[in-house]
Amino acid sequence: MKILVTVKRIPDPDEPLKFSGGVLDTSAVKWVPNTFDEYAMETALRLAEHVGGSQRLAEVIVMSICPAGQRQHVTQFLAMGGDRAVVVDHDDRALDAQTVAEAIAAVWKRESCDLLIAGKLAQDMEGNEVAQRAAALLGLPQATFAATVAWDREAGSLTVGREVDDGVESKKIPLPAVVSVDLRVVLPHSVKNGATPDDHAYQEGPRLASLRGITMAKRKKVDVVSLADLGVEAKNTSPIVHAEPPPPRPPGQIVESVDELVEKLATEAKVL
Amino acid sequence: MSTVLFIVETHQGKAATASLHGITCAARVAAAHGAELALLVLGADDTAARQVAAEGYGAAKVLAGVHEALGTFTAEAYGDAIAEVARATGAIAVGATATSSSRDALPRAAAMLRAPLVSEVVAVQDAGLLRRPVAAGRALVDTKIEAAPYLFTVRASEFPAAEASAAAPVETVAVGDPDPRGAQVLGIERTESARPPLTEAKVIVSGGRGMGSGENFKHLEALADLLGAAVGASRAATDAGMVPADLQVGQTGKVVAPDLYIAVGISGAIQHLAGMKGSKVIVAINKDPEAPIFQVADYGLVAKWEDTLPRLTELVRARRTAEA
Ligand SMILES: Cc1cc2nc3c(=O)[nH]c(=O)nc-3n(C[C@H](O)[C@H](O)[C@H](O)COP(=O)(O)OP(=O)(O)OC[C@H]3O[C@@H](n4cnc5c(N)ncnc54)[C@H](O)[C@@H]3O)c2cc1C
Ligand SMILES: Nc1ncnc2c1ncn2[C@@H]1O[C@H](COP(=O)(O)O)[C@@H](O)[C@H]1O
Repeated sequence: MKILVTVKRIPDPDEPLKFSGGVLDTSAVKWVPNTFDEYAMETALRLAEHVGGSQRLAEVIVMSICPAGQRQHVTQFLAMGGDRAVVVDHDDRALDAQTVAEAIAAVWKRESCDLLIAGKLAQDMEGNEVAQRAAALLGLPQATFAATVAWDREAGSLTVGREVDDGVESKKIPLPAVVSVDLRVVLPHSVKNGATPDDHAYQEGPRLASLRGITMAKRKKVDVVSLADLGVEAKNTSPIVHAEPPPPRPPGQIVESVDELVEKLATEAKVL
Repeated sequence: MSTVLFIVETHQGKAATASLHGITCAARVAAAHGAELALLVLGADDTAARQVAAEGYGAAKVLAGVHEALGTFTAEAYGDAIAEVARATGAIAVGATATSSSRDALPRAAAMLRAPLVSEVVAVQDAGLLRRPVAAGRALVDTKIEAAPYLFTVRASEFPAAEASAAAPVETVAVGDPDPRGAQVLGIERTESARPPLTEAKVIVSGGRGMGSGENFKHLEALADLLGAAVGASRAATDAGMVPADLQVGQTGKVVAPDLYIAVGISGAIQHLAGMKGSKVIVAINKDPEAPIFQVADYGLVAKWEDTLPRLTELVRARRTAEA
């Protein structure tokens, strides 16, 4: 079993955005991994490891399309426990989602993977499309917005609890397949691989890299390839031509009591 | 004349409310291109398509895409069908409201069509120039598209619902051979509630970690019921299991824009604000005067919910009784 985990670098979401000349200026941002990809990595590691046993059930390959010189996020994922990495050396800000998905599909084929786990959304540009596109390009079934994942190794399938608008859908997909993960996949009991005891409680959230993990990450194999090596043409069919901050909300007021609040909602705001 | 296609989701045989808002956006896209608007309804039979056509919604026609593989929604089969209909009709743009289903299926269709997709459109600036929010609502960006076709999803809260018009003609459209690729939907665990859905409610009462427990949400529910409101929550509250996950409001949850949003025990993290700062009037009740929620609140009350919710509920009840 080979699991491919994709990670996008994004500007630190805790830092303010910079606008200049009617576009977003990302020239001086601090790059961090997309949070949903950390969740994807945690999911992959929970599937791959046998807690209480010794064998590893899957190899976890990390991949990112990013300038090869700015791949700290990839190193971080190797330190979390990824086995090796593929970096597609290109500035992804200049690529559309289709090109990114084509690159992912090409790496999938080169590595003969069985499962792609991606974040459901890049927190910066909020496309919510790359995993689905990769699945379509590869002709594979998909389970997006996963909150729970259970792997049936005998049947070679996954049963995924998906966050949908009106509840949780349970979807069974045969491997090979594509999964995109939502927030709750990192709760303590969300991922089951049939080897780790079903009642094992993982620590909530994506794991932090251990000191040993950080040392080992430096020795792990990282393949750097170009889009051309993968036979993918660089393109951007949906460029952003303008960016601006949203209009600010008019300032509000602090009320001193519930009575004053109700009075104002009724007479001033007229919503009661 | 070129065509803009809009996919209408149906609920109990009728157009879903979320889709009605999306139709308004699609009509603007069609107008910008000087194109006609066609609605596409997919399913195992054409009953829903006929229902939608009877209401018309200002569309030139309704296309019924019928196949047994479309009886249960799967992104795999729907993606195939949407791509096939886009090809067959030569549509210049294909849209749908940004629901969990369209966010699942449209990117698949886009990939097969090698077409761009613009997610969560909030305004149509010009032909092929669409505006959308990014980075948890901290920026609005305009995307320029020259390609045809392109796909788009619509943020329902930003457009009024389309109204019924003269009936539109129904045409059957071939959907090819949609293939679920072995995927099986085993079932949906729905959150049953007598309250209005979050995305349609005029008033929302939302609770966060500050509520302390799921049990305490009953205080919010009592207030919500008096107001005819939906109940919402922050991620901290849903992750802690206080309420079901589909009540989450925010960047990763529902995006809402009610007339009145009451946030109780919610700090106002950027990801939460992304889902509710389009509300007309925002009320925040929080014990911490420094909580960022106060920066977007029209009315802020610095207090514990334990000391304020009972009185608030009492006053609202008194007003309701006086009205009755
Ligand atoms: C990738 C990602 C996506 C996310 N998406 C979302 C999303 O869609 N929606 C979302 O909500 N969050 C989302 N989050 C989480 C978000 O960052 C915050 O962690 C979350 O919104 C905090 O929830 P909260 O305000 O309930 O909890 P807290 O931040 O812990 O705030 C609790 C508040 O309650 C107040 N309080 C405590 N006791 C009382 C009392 N007795 N009376 C009154 N007030 C009281 C406190 O002063 C505090 O302000 C996301 C995070 C990430 C990383
Ligand atoms: N440049 C990239 N490199 C690697 N993975 C990416 C890249 N861009 C997007 N992805 C993956 O696709 C997911 C969804 O991104 P998006 O569709 O852009 O919102 C992300 O969470 C990543 O897992």
